[in-house]
Amino acid sequence: MTATVPVTAALALGDDALVLSHRLGEWMGHAPVLEEEVALANIALDLLGQARVLLSMAGDEDELAYLREERAFSNLQLVEQPNGDFAHTIARQLYFSTYQHLLYAELAAGDGPFAALAAKAVKETAYHRDHAEQWTLRLGDGTDLSHQRMRTACTALWRFTGEMFQPVEGLGTDLGALRTGWLEAVGAVLRRAGLPVPEGAQSGAWTAGAGRQGLHTEPFGRMLAEMQHLHRSHPGASW
Amino acid sequence: MATATAPRTADDEAYQRTFDAAVAADERIEPRDWMPDAYRATLVRQIAQHAHSEIIGMQPEANWITRAPSLRRKAILMAKVQDEAGHGLYLYSAAETLGVGRDELLDKLHSGRQKYSSIFNYPTLTWADVGAIGWLVDGAAITNQVPLCRCSYGPYARAMVRVCKEESFHQRQGYELLLALSRGTPGQHAMAQDAVDRWWWPSLMMFGPPDDESAHSAQSTAWKIKRHSNDELRQRFVDICVPQAKSLGLTLPDPDLRWNEERGHHDFGPIDWTEFKEVIKGNGPCNEERITQRRRAHDEGAWVREAAAAHAAKHSGTAAAHTGGRTEKEVGQA
Repeated sequence: MTATVPVTAALALGDDALVLSHRLGEWMGHAPVLEEEVALANIALDLLGQARVLLSMAGDEDELAYLREERAFSNLQLVEQPNGDFAHTIARQLYFSTYQHLLYAELAAGDGPFAALAAKAVKETAYHRDHAEQWTLRLGDGTDLSHQRMRTACTALWRFTGEMFQPVEGLGTDLGALRTGWLEAVGAVLRRAGLPVPEGAQSGAWTAGAGRQGLHTEPFGRMLAEMQHLHRSHPGASW
Repeated sequence: MATATAPRTADDEAYQRTFDAAVAADERIEPRDWMPDAYRATLVRQIAQHAHSEIIGMQPEANWITRAPSLRRKAILMAKVQDEAGHGLYLYSAAETLGVGRDELLDKLHSGRQKYSSIFNYPTLTWADVGAIGWLVDGAAITNQVPLCRCSYGPYARAMVRVCKEESFHQRQGYELLLALSRGTPGQHAMAQDAVDRWWWPSLMMFGPPDDESAHSAQSTAWKIKRHSNDELRQRFVDICVPQAKSLGLTLPDPDLRWNEERGHHDFGPIDWTEFKEVIKGNGPCNEERITQRRRAHDEGAWVREAAAAHAAKHSGTAAAHTGGRTEKEVGQA
């Protein structure tokens, strides 16, 4: 590891990608239509690829993924949220992919340590964002039931969105501009889909911190237990 | 589909002669060509069963995605399961060229009127099962499917060319996964051997019943849908696997397995066809779970498909009023 690698930032972005990839992987064999089996797996694979590059910047990818405890992960709470119904998954994708796309576009334009990764990832996340936007439109505009479910999902996940704009050591992005761009973009999609922009706070009332500080929600521990069990059962083994 | 009982006309006789000549000359039959009703029905049955096998076959492997023991293995496994969904898409599309839609075929799968490969009714109990499926199950599938690339029906043959290329990656990743386990810790080696012990015989059953009991073989061979008999393909598979097992450092669970100099093939022990028939009848370890999960995913996704159809109908000037068959590009343009 060289002194120039911003480990905190690499872990934060890497953990986001790793955890969301895992959640999307849970859909495989359960998606509502065959095309979505392919699309969700595609997104999960892109994210896993990003995670592997980012975690490798910070250390050994498998040690970091499989041998850290819950409190050592610095992903956003948003990405660890259970899949819920398809509307929840799409709302999570809309919020996260918009953030990730704007963030990587900015990083790709710079010459920092994440520029090379971001140049590739910005193309991938453009597709993820498009996928989420198109489904937000379909579900918001489709039937009464889909509208209701999409509205519920967007509202339920809104309180996890504020965390995306907290400073991350070593990231060096303009968070104010990122937040403004995100609110505009997400607001525009929701309006086109006939959905209200949620009005609640973008973070919970509990101010002890959140995912970036290693404080997670209850489902995350169970997710890690499943993800890490086999690796931890065979200490030192190669796979 | 037309009934088979309609009286044959002089035109039919002429069409039949053209069809027979094309098959005899190893030409491809294409969707708009005349074909006998029974040929069409046989292809629909076979392609549908193949497509269903791809999507049901996602389940036993997806069972391990969330527990894959390294990020590299996780990426490989996700890509493999994604390929299987893709194969399902090509194959349902190939069936559509014969006039049967995906919804109709899925309905037949969900109601038990069409089958999928029985092998997927066995459980994946350990991580090594992912390797055994790749090496043995995908290996058997390739042995069956490579000759289908020369099948007389054009769309099926062409779909199989692509499917076989991807299946050969799947087979290799399975072999490589098992090799890592076999050369790993004693616990890993035991896990690999246990998986091979459980998957070997069901893999041999994948070639179907012995030639003298195979219900559809003779006609399918005459139509050049099928190119080799079940027993020929099974023998070919055994002959391929024996040296590979040796390289893996694993044994195959058959005390009768030995090289027969005279035949130039390996002899192998008797297959338990009672088990095969029981699993086909629905009494395998996971028949109920597999079809229940498939139905549940379909039923729970109904509102999503309805929403997409309703949205498309409202904007029918700019998007197809149909939830299936979209490409990624079309999703972006909808």
